[in-house]
Amino acid sequence: MSDVIQVAGLTKTYATDKGRPPLVAVAGIDFVVREGEVFGFLGPNGAGKTTTIRMLTGLARPTSGGARVMGLDLAADLPRIKKQIGVVPEASNLYDELTALDNLVFAMQLYGVPRVERRPRAEALLARFRLGEKRDAPFAKLSRGMKRVLTIAAGLAHRPPLLFLDEPTTGLDVMSARNLRGMIAALRDEGVTIFLTTHYLEEAERLCDRIAVIVKGRIVALDTVAGLKAAAPGRTAVEVTYAGADGDVATRRIETDDVATAVQAALAEAGDRRVLAVNTVRPTLEDVFVGLTGLGAEAMLAEKGGKGGGNAAG
Amino acid sequence: MLRDDLRCLWYIALKDLRAYYFKPPNISWGILFPFAFVLAFAIRNPGDLRTLIPGLLALTLLFGTTSMEAIVIVFERRLGSLERLLLAPVRLPALLAGKLLGGMVFGLTVTLVVLVIVLAVFGAGSVNWLLLALALLLAAAAFSALGALVSVAVKEVFEAQTLANFIRFPMMFLGGVFVPVASLPPVLQIVARLLPLTYAVEALRVALFGGSPALAALDLLALAGFTAVLFWLAARVLAQRVA
Repeated sequence: MSDVIQVAGLTKTYATDKGRPPLVAVAGIDFVVREGEVFGFLGPNGAGKTTTIRMLTGLARPTSGGARVMGLDLAADLPRIKKQIGVVPEASNLYDELTALDNLVFAMQLYGVPRVERRPRAEALLARFRLGEKRDAPFAKLSRGMKRVLTIAAGLAHRPPLLFLDEPTTGLDVMSARNLRGMIAALRDEGVTIFLTTHYLEEAERLCDRIAVIVKGRIVALDTVAGLKAAAPGRTAVEVTYAGADGDVATRRIETDDVATAVQAALAEAGDRRVLAVNTVRPTLEDVFVGLTGLGAEAMLAEKGGKGGGNAAG
Repeated sequence: MLRDDLRCLWYIALKDLRAYYFKPPNISWGILFPFAFVLAFAIRNPGDLRTLIPGLLALTLLFGTTSMEAIVIVFERRLGSLERLLLAPVRLPALLAGKLLGGMVFGLTVTLVVLVIVLAVFGAGSVNWLLLALALLLAAAAFSALGALVSVAVKEVFEAQTLANFIRFPMMFLGGVFVPVASLPPVLQIVARLLPLTYAVEALRVALFGGSPALAALDLLALAGFTAVLFWLAARVLAQRVA
């Protein structure tokens, strides 16, 4: 598996008012994204997620450091890189005046898709993203969820092997967000490498093969979900729920490194009372995130000011 | 690379024409507004209406090219859709040239409608068609570049409209549309020579009614110069804005 993105010492600073130190948005980060994986980029607002995407896609120039994308140097080969990447920004930014079909065709025109392939490919994308009935509707008339999905379809119009998705489910209702997650998973299954920023922890956990956590411009953790959890503060707990003698329900929680022994101990402690449930509670990604950033999922949502796709259940 | 630039340039212009330019309000505004101005002037100063034709054509071209061109980039920047073009495999000057081409095509289209009406009413006479075509083409390019510079220089759509009018209206009265530049006070004559509209009106007058070919050549050269300088400035400002 080769690396489609290699980032080394990538830094972005912005000048501020006279006399004040420059604002460091991204502070010398290093990471690689492997071919075919969904790479999650997680962090609170202002952590540097979008700035990193903007640098990797050529929208912002790094102050120092560099990157190779699709094997090409970001500083020297940007036009060739642009042909091989799809970018879906946080805001759905297609053209209000053009229809769904025309927006996709225009995206293909920009990337040099042959004329004979444009319409069939656009029709296929609309069908795939369940927008076939809206092919002739202006972008402005589509619902928020449909706009989001169409924007992702436009990012895929030239069939890029690498797709950047910036907060794809923000602001969507639960069903739209769920559908979109299914589509992202399907893209991964087709071999598209996906660089995903999100502030929904459950979404990241569900979709991502590896996750980098960025805080104040620095990557503070990078691993698989399981790897991050294994390194999380706190231990696995065993919770045994049983019926009490007088009909009430009691729960016993034992934190442990040895689940089997803890279960045996809890069952022994229950004695002849009826055991209703035995649960193993492992650290969640939220526990990991709280440990790394001091912020929880609720704080992340509050920062973003939205709910929408926040419920990743389903 | 050049092939990518040319392809994107072309499709950006086509997209702009479809999405923004060829809308009924734009077409009617582009044609009616210069007619209304010239008619008002003709009623106030009756005389040979033919003398107003170069000014009418130049004015139509000025408003036709700049009406949308002056707001289209700032509009897309506000909506975020300019970012789509910045992410495409196209260099910034080519992106800007696509925007210019859209404005030029629209301006030339409405001006051709006005030209057909004018020729139907007054007759073709001894029109120098080549000079006419060159004058219209270069004037459209210069005006469109002016519109693009306005559009990249501001942050809000209303600012673009204000700034465009701040430039267009004085130009309209100083550029030889209603009053020959030679009849203006010396200081205003110098100011008039800094305006692309002056050269457009002058070149169109030679093309329609005859005159010094050398003067017309200088006018065309000046229009080409305005185009180059205004385009260069617009490209620089846009590069700073999106950096």
